[in-house]
Order: sequence, then C-alpha cells, then structure tokens
Amino acid sequence: MEPLTWTGSLAGLNIIFLGLTALLAVAVLAQIVVSFVPSNGPQGVNADGTMTAPGGLTGALNKAVFYLFALLVLLVLVYIVAGAFMGANAGIFGGISQQMLPVWIALIVTFALSIHFKRRLGLYGKLFDSTVGMIGFAIVMFWVFTGVFGGLFDMLVTHDSLSQVSGMKNKLPGTPLRAPEEGEYPWFLLGGDNLARDVFSRLIKGSWVVVQIAPLATLFAFMVGITLGLPAGYYGGRLDTLLSFLANLILAFPVILLFYLLVTPEIVRTGIPNYMAVFLFIFPLVFLAVLLNSRYYTQPSFRTPLLIVVLGIVGWLYLSLVSNNGSIVATDTYRIPGLPSAIDLFDIDAGVLVVFVSVVFVNSPTVFRIVRGLALDIKTRDYVAAAQTRGEGPWYIMLWEILPNARGPLIVDFCLRIGYTTILLGTLGFFGLGLESESPDWGSTINAGRRLLALYPHAAIAPALALLSLVLGLNLLADGLREESLRD
Amino acid sequence: MGLFILRRLGVMLLTALCLTFIVFWLTNLYPNLEKLAKTQGNFRMSDEAVTSYLENRGYLQPTVDKFGEWLGVLPGWVTEGETPDETFGRCFAAGTPVEDRPTRCGILQGDWGFSTVFKEPVGATVLTRLALTGKLMFWVLMLMVPSALIVGVLAGMREGSKLDRSLSTFSIATTATPEYVSGVIFIAVLASSRFGLSPLLADWGWIDSKTLFLGSATSAMKDANFWNFFLPVLTISLYGMGYIARMTRASMTEVMTAQYIRTARLKGVKFSEIVLKHALRNALIAPFTVIMLQIPWLLNGVVIVETLFNYKGFGWLLVQAAANNDIELLLAVSVVSVIVVLVTQLISDIGYVFLNPRIRIS
Repeated sequence: MEPLTWTGSLAGLNIIFLGLTALLAVAVLAQIVVSFVPSNGPQGVNADGTMTAPGGLTGALNKAVFYLFALLVLLVLVYIVAGAFMGANAGIFGGISQQMLPVWIALIVTFALSIHFKRRLGLYGKLFDSTVGMIGFAIVMFWVFTGVFGGLFDMLVTHDSLSQVSGMKNKLPGTPLRAPEEGEYPWFLLGGDNLARDVFSRLIKGSWVVVQIAPLATLFAFMVGITLGLPAGYYGGRLDTLLSFLANLILAFPVILLFYLLVTPEIVRTGIPNYMAVFLFIFPLVFLAVLLNSRYYTQPSFRTPLLIVVLGIVGWLYLSLVSNNGSIVATDTYRIPGLPSAIDLFDIDAGVLVVFVSVVFVNSPTVFRIVRGLALDIKTRDYVAAAQTRGEGPWYIMLWEILPNARGPLIVDFCLRIGYTTILLGTLGFFGLGLESESPDWGSTINAGRRLLALYPHAAIAPALALLSLVLGLNLLADGLREESLRD
Repeated sequence: MGLFILRRLGVMLLTALCLTFIVFWLTNLYPNLEKLAKTQGNFRMSDEAVTSYLENRGYLQPTVDKFGEWLGVLPGWVTEGETPDETFGRCFAAGTPVEDRPTRCGILQGDWGFSTVFKEPVGATVLTRLALTGKLMFWVLMLMVPSALIVGVLAGMREGSKLDRSLSTFSIATTATPEYVSGVIFIAVLASSRFGLSPLLADWGWIDSKTLFLGSATSAMKDANFWNFFLPVLTISLYGMGYIARMTRASMTEVMTAQYIRTARLKGVKFSEIVLKHALRNALIAPFTVIMLQIPWLLNGVVIVETLFNYKGFGWLLVQAAANNDIELLLAVSVVSVIVVLVTQLISDIGYVFLNPRIRIS
C-alpha cells in the first residue's frame, strides 16, 4: 500500500489554502501599519445610534481581513468535512478527521445547543458573544471530547496504544502497516515512535490522562485555597500571618525540586503521599459542611438531614479516594486500615495519586493568595457591613457574601490554572516522574521522543502541539470569560 | 526602611531554615537512604550491610541531630575504628591525627559537604555550575526583558488597536507554550538536519553548516556563540516574555488613560513624545516587580532547558542531585534557589518603594 500524503486527493486545495494564508498575513500586517497613521475625518454615527463602518483604506483592509479569515475558516471546514467522508483518501488529515467524527458531532451539538439557549445560561452563555472565548472553548472542548471518547470509551483510536507493530519503528506519518490483519487500520496516521507504537493512538489516550487529572486537581487546589484563604483574609491577624508564611514557604520552593523530592518511588514507599492525600482531600468535605451549615443552621429540621445526606455521600467518596486495598496508609512496617475493599468505590494507582497530590500541593498556595487578596478587598464593602449588622455569622459572610462576589476573578483564574496544571503534568512526564514510562500522557511521550528529535521529530512534535493547543485554548477561554465578566 | 529590611531578612532566614529542614527531612527518609547506600555500595547489599553502611556514616542519627551537624551547630559524628588510625568522622577522614580533627564542620564553618555523585566538595561544584547558569540567565534577561517591554508598551499605547490585538495574541501564545514544548519545536524546525528549515536553507546554500542552529548546547559551556546558544536562550525567554509583556501592557493602558496624558494630548504634544517622555516612566514601575518575581520562575525553565539542550549548569546539577539522592549537594542547591527566590522578592519590594514615591513603608 502507498504511504499517505498529508492531504491526499484534496492536495489541489493546498495551493488555495497557502495563498489565502499569505494574503491574510499581508492584510493583517498592512492593518497594523495603517493603524499607526491616524484615520482622517470623524467617525459617522447612523440614525439608529450605531457607528458607521470606517471608510477609506482602514475600512477596506478591515473588510479584506474579515473576508479572508472567513474564507480560511471555510476552507478548513471543507478539509474536515471532506476528510470525514473520504477518510484516508483525503490523506492523513482526512484519516484523522474521519477517526474524530464523534468529536465533531459532539462539538456541533454542544455549540448548537449553547448558542440557541445562550441568553438563559448566564456567564457561560455570554461566552458565546466573544469570538476569542468561542475559539478557546472550541479547542478545550475538542480535547475534552477526545479524551472522553478516546480514553473512556476507546472509540477514536486506530491501534492499541501500548502494542508494538513490527516494522513500524520511527516510521513517518502516513506509513502503511507491513501486513495489516483483517479489520486492522492499515496506516499509522501520525507515524510510529521509537518502540513502534502508533503515535496517533497514544496522543488520544494521553489526552484522557490530562482531561482526567488537570481539572480535578485544580478543583481540589481551589477548595484548599478557598477554605484557608477566606478566613485568612477575613479575620487577619495571627491566623493570616501563619497561613501566609506557610503559603510563602511552599511558593519559595522551586517547583521542579519539590517534584523531584516528592514524586519518587521511595517517597511513595514511606506513605507520605497518602498522608498528604488524607489532609488535602478533606478540604472539599470541610468546605461543603461549612457552606451548608452556615446557610441553613437556623432551620435545623432541614439542615440536619441535608448535612447527613451530603456529607455521607462526599465522605464515602473521600474514603474511597484515600483508601487503597482496604488501607489508608500501607508501608513495609505498618498500615492504617481504611474503607474495606468491598465498599471501596475506586482505587487509585499509587503513581497517579502522588502526581495528583503534588500538583494540588503546588497549586493551592497560589489560590490561597488570590482568595486572601480578594477577601481583604471585599470585606470592606457595604454589603458585608450590612450582613455584619444583621448579625450573620462570620462563615456565612465569607461563603455567602464574599465568595459569590469574588467569583469573576476566580473563574478566570480557574481556567488559567487548569492550563498551568496541564503544563505541570507535562513537566512531570518530561522528567519521567510519577507516571510509568510507557504511560501515553503527553509529557512522557515528549520525553521519550526528545532523544531522537533531530532524526524523527514527529513522535515528540505531535504531543507537544497537542499540549500547546490545549493550554492556548484554556488561555483564550479565560481571556474571553474575563472580557465578558467585566462587561456587566 | 532599615527596620523593614531587617525584618524581611529575619523572615528570609526563617524561611530558608524551614525549607532546608524540609529538604533535609525528605532526603533523609529511610527508603531514600537505602537507595543512597545501594547506589554508593552495590545494588545487591543485604539489609544488614545497608544498615551498617548507614550507621558508620552517621546517617542513622535522629534527623534533628544530623541537621544540626550539617548547619555546624552540633559536633559532627565520629565512628570509632578498631585502631585509632581507622577512626573517621563527619569532619575528618581516617588517619587524621587526633589534634587535627575539627569537632564541628557545617555551613557555619563554610563547609558545604561532599557530593556523593561527583566525588567533589559541594561548594566548588555548585559555584562552577552556577557560573554556567549565570551566563545563560544573563543572555535570557538581555533578550527577554527588552523584547517583553517593547511588546508590552507597543500593545498598551493604543488599547484595542490592531497592533494591540496581534501582540496580545502573541503574548498569550507564548505564555501557553512551556519550555519543553517550544524547545522541542525549535529543535525540530531549526536544528534538525533532516526536517524543518535547515535542509531547505542548506540546499539553497544560505547556510554553511548542516543546520541553522545547534540542537545541543554542550559546546556553549566553553565557548558560547549565536549558533550553539541562541535556541536555549530563546526557549527560556519566550515563556517568561508573554507574562511580562501582558503586565506591561496592562500598566501602559492604565497610564495612557490618566488625566495628565489627556492634558498633554490636548496641549498638542506629539504622540511619540507623550509615549516616550510622559507615559513610559510611570508605566515601567509595575513591570519591574513582575520581572523580579519572574526570575525564580526562570529557574524552572533553566532546569528544563538545560536538560533538553544538555547544558551542564545549575539546573542540570539539580536533576543529577535529586535523581541520585545526593543529600548534601541537594541541600546546597535548594539553599541557593531559596536565596534566589527570597532575594528577588526583597529587591522587588525595595525597588518598588524607590520607583514609586507614592508608596511609603512605615
């Protein structure tokens, strides 16, 4: 079988694509140059109060850039749609596009529903008013769907991500298999790595690792940061001094040194990550308990059953999370018993747990500082004084007056921090810490591919670009959210 | 002001002590010591052999005692041999006459210990590696700071303009590109003899060598030039640049909306003059703090880039020390990095007060 080219029978479109890209680049450059010269004449206002479009050179350039950009997007859509129908006939991109079909459908459904109901969806709906935010959201959701479909349901992948195929070592993208069996996908779409595994399938599987760990770890870091940062900012005094000192202590550590000290098999054997997990994962429980109690403590008949149900469920999840094989901490010399395996909902691999715990540990001091700063600022507002005069308790004020009013910056930071956590996970993989060396996560794959980078760059480039696009998407999403939340 | 600096120095000392103790504790956990004994001795050591190896070398004392010895406030351990000549201790080798044996040797005595990986005194090792990283950092700052400030000022002087949009997108893209991603892309595109630009340029005869840049910076340790040193420098600078540029832009846009800028414009001062003479000085106060606080972050980049480009500096040393559990070297490395973090914080606080006369510390 012939090796695939990048675009296959759609190659005729490439020249148009290149031409459009070049034209767009020229137009944007021209726009920048023109923007240095002040536009002449005042801007007109239409009868209905809107501004007239600028005329002259600026206006023409604006129009040109808009249409060129629209054409380019259209062309990319043509590649994707044609690829989805033609498959490998449309080259590597076509093959990938066809494999990704469930992701495209999920994306279209998400966007159609969101845009249709955007006026009823609050801040999330407003996101669809900003182009930057929509682009970011699309990229992020692309990887989320890829992770879920590929990792959880095993759909998108073409080959097993761990099995080696003979004769495919370091092969270029689009190389056909030597002797494909019946029903086996006959190409390595993005080539083979140095152990003759399919780069494309590993890329997809790797996205699941990130999509699983990064948002959850960020969420836990936020729980820790909020639960400690609010009282530190609100009460101040000794508590604040102590907590800030501890936060600065962790922040003064170079992240990589901390990872090298914490994420090693030796440390796992001492059980320290388990103790850290027990400590760090209790914060969501505390947070929920205080949140609900401070709101409903005046209605004990409602509060008590609510707390029992919520804390029961969350406590069960907590115990399942921290206990492994019936014990919370199990070292060579002693063990602390935990939830029996029979009612343990899920077990977490020791390597993943230590990665998770250290990422939460590194992120929470920064969140703490942000929340503390916001609390310091908001506690001087009038509505806080009003709540104090009403006789509300301090935790009610912190969690139901201050926290909701700090949500804008916190949501934006949450998006940015998921990106940062993704980078941290990649760093861990890059240094070969924590996850097993054959794990398909992007950092480990970059690490494995970098040794042969000058000769066979595709094995490292593919996960590098994937990571770049995901973090870029999260940054753009955060930017869009910031713009939209500032608007009201 | 003096009191403020004194207090800060006190907190710094306390922080450094706490951090080194944490590092000390983590590296002295028994599984780590066992690994150390096995890498130093041999991998098939029995448990008894490991214990006696550690016992003889003072590793099995309580952690606080060992920490005190490392600091130099407690007398170092002494292991009695069968004859007085075979007696050795923390501060002296076997065969030292009794009168030449110092009792204490630690940081306070200026003794940083002995590296078990490199078989050299730690102090000298760290200094040589720091000098190499200093060279790298110098060029990183030379590239990163001016370009970040230029990008930020250009983007911030006309908020919302096309230039602003393009430069802001560029800054966002650089902050989204960690060093190990940009480094990999740069090597593949610019420093591979089979892919990317280099084969094209070599075909056209534009470059003499096989590749546009060298993908390994090992040769730059002795003799750095543009060809072998630019890629590592660019890789580190790019990640930090976006953040500084965004902060500069924010500060610049704030200044450009100030009353005195409007007054100047209404008086008919030229735009270039407003930017250069009126806005720039005030707009550069905030980025100064950001740049100072960014230096500790560069340390992470240094570790990644030195590993990726095989440049044997401080970051490479950190990786070697941590991977082999070389306790004293690791401690020295963490002391240095903690001092870098705390000193840059102090400088940024003091510098902020000097640059901005509206702020006073009382």
